[in-house]
Amino acid sequence: MNGLKNSGIGRFTSNIIGLRDSFLKSFLREGKPTTDLSRTAVMANNFFLHVQGAKVHINTLRPGYTLGLGLISLYLLLITVVTGILLMIYYNPSIENAYNTVKDVNYVVFTGRLLRNMHKWGGEGMIISVILHMARVFYTNSYKKGREFNWIIGVALLILTFGINLSGYMLPWDQLSYWALVIVANIIQSPKEVTDVLGITKLFDIGTFSKELFLGGLNAGKEALTRVYLLHIMLLPLILFIFLGVHFWRIRKDGGLTKPEGFEIKDSDTRYISGQERKAEVFPANKTYGLMELVKAKTPAVNRDIENNVLSWPNLILAETAVFFFTLAVVMVYSFYINAPLRELANPLIPENPAKAPWYFLGLQELLSYSAFMGGVGLPGLALLGLALIPYLDREQQQIGVWFSGKRGKYIALESLVVGSVVLIGLLAIVIKYGWLRTWWPDIPQLFIILINPGNIWVGFMIIWSLFVIKRTDSTRMGAIALFTMFLLSYVILTYVGTELRGPNWAFYWSKSQWPLH
Amino acid sequence: MSSETIDKTEISRRSFLSLAALWSAVLPAIALLGGIFRMVKPDVHYEESIRFRIGTAENFPVGTMKKLDDKKVFIFSTDNGLHAISSICTHLGCIVNITEWGFQCPCHGSRYNQNGKVIAGPAPRSLSWHEISQDIDGSLVVDASREVPAGTVLKLKA
Ligand code: HEM
Ligand code: FES
Repeated sequence: MNGLKNSGIGRFTSNIIGLRDSFLKSFLREGKPTTDLSRTAVMANNFFLHVQGAKVHINTLRPGYTLGLGLISLYLLLITVVTGILLMIYYNPSIENAYNTVKDVNYVVFTGRLLRNMHKWGGEGMIISVILHMARVFYTNSYKKGREFNWIIGVALLILTFGINLSGYMLPWDQLSYWALVIVANIIQSPKEVTDVLGITKLFDIGTFSKELFLGGLNAGKEALTRVYLLHIMLLPLILFIFLGVHFWRIRKDGGLTKPEGFEIKDSDTRYISGQERKAEVFPANKTYGLMELVKAKTPAVNRDIENNVLSWPNLILAETAVFFFTLAVVMVYSFYINAPLRELANPLIPENPAKAPWYFLGLQELLSYSAFMGGVGLPGLALLGLALIPYLDREQQQIGVWFSGKRGKYIALESLVVGSVVLIGLLAIVIKYGWLRTWWPDIPQLFIILINPGNIWVGFMIIWSLFVIKRTDSTRMGAIALFTMFLLSYVILTYVGTELRGPNWAFYWSKSQWPLH
Repeated sequence: MSSETIDKTEISRRSFLSLAALWSAVLPAIALLGGIFRMVKPDVHYEESIRFRIGTAENFPVGTMKKLDDKKVFIFSTDNGLHAISSICTHLGCIVNITEWGFQCPCHGSRYNQNGKVIAGPAPRSLSWHEISQDIDGSLVVDASREVPAGTVLKLKA
């Protein structure tokens, strides 16, 4: 018997029997995550997990702090990548076939419609989750202490999210795609409005030049579809993933997420901590004094607050998995019931009336209806620049990791919300009821309209109001809160006006049911 | 000249060579990027020619208007002669519709009068008037790349 066991065949058999264990061991170098050491090792040794620390601060685990929004954005992205690759199996990016292949996906391909819906709603959901994630980071004052640059990376991610969605919108080559493409191409051309006014278009037609680069011609046609497709499936996702890598890397290097200075454990925190930890008395009844209380100095050892960290495995991983399944479930259920639109085949002769960009650009389209250059290039550029500069213009280091930086911030946010709504809605009401400069003086030069239009006035008001808040409260953080709140507010209100209140000929209607029938 | 001033005005051989080496790497790199950028600008256009024939004058009896959908142009025939007005809105490129009082854009509400002059909305310019000419064989040619001042008409030889 013994002889057989040591023979080649014997060892081979026991290798087969032990396959499961030896494979697991080769995969998890330190064995199953059953002890604190091996739990730490899992996090450190796994390629996908090691971007996160082996330990995580309890504040990070509180659902009310991050609201899971960054994770939701990531998972939505992963869902669109998987469904996008599946759609690519049937999709053909040529103006002869694009529409028909999307139609096939929608009506013939097995599970095609669900996948297309998931791709569409996952992508558009990203816009919402990314904006909300940005708002969370902003309102918890989390763009400071080395995180300034990561905020800028985040602004780039926001732009990329918009860009990928917009380029995807053009791919089905239906009426929506085509007219959105025409409008976007002309926004790109809109610096011409300025060179025209200056009378230098003949010498320096940067607008038409950029439009030609984008479309691969002067009109939206097959070259344009090729380019948009390239942007959608290659260039923009590639850049997005690179930036995302940097984003996560920097979170780690910045020492994890922000947390309030005087962090206190609450009883309710036990809900987010797994059983083992509780048994090991992370929260002993009589708290003993940690190093923190004894050494009053700004040394790394003091800042580390070892006490309030728990192991990432399983605490963080469980939470992340839960958010993933939640996201997937919401996207699937929504996509099961709500279909992504698909209109008739693109027809360059008949614009849709009203011709609308996708909903997330309708706020911009409202601004575009005042001036193409300001609405399409000037004001969005200014807004993005302003967003990117926030961490450099507000450098106050107090109340980091606290929602609204305390009571006063909450009040300022609320006040700006109310004041902003009144001013913006009032301004829009004037524009809708009485028109603007050209309605009053039909011969007015274009220059005046570029310089003085409702969009510019609103942005000017936001800036002056925030300066006023800074002066009144003596705090740049409060000014930032006022500005950011108004920025979000204008995105919501303008998008609503563009989506719901604008009908044929971009005229005002209280609801779609009042649109005239053709 | 003292040796100090020479030091100040003349570059040493070492730094000259390193600067030369540096720039001989940087300049081609810039040229390379420029080339990539230039490659993106198309040299072949697959679009229809923007100079096109629209048939002879008999097709356009005086007092009528024809909308040439695929050419995106309106051809007006009046007592004075013929003129062509583009149907592309100067705001963001939608196709305008003709109305009793002029032209209306469906996208952001720009309006133009009968001469294509902008009277309302965000359009930065008036609709362009294209040049019409008559060929030797009598056929009419519209050149959408050539803009003519509003009011220019082609007088037809009787
Ligand atoms: C990164 C996030 C992404 C977002 C936000 C996004 C968004 C979109 C949107 C909004 C559409 C338009 C759907 C429609 O109107 O029907 C679309 C279409 C499409 N996307 Fe993506 N996409 C993303 C990534 C990808 C990736 C990574 C691929 C492939 C590797 C891909 C492949 C496609 C294809 C083939 C279509 C055309 C099919 C169709 O229109 O139904 N997408 N995408
Ligand atoms: S495209 Fe005509 S008004 Fe905007």
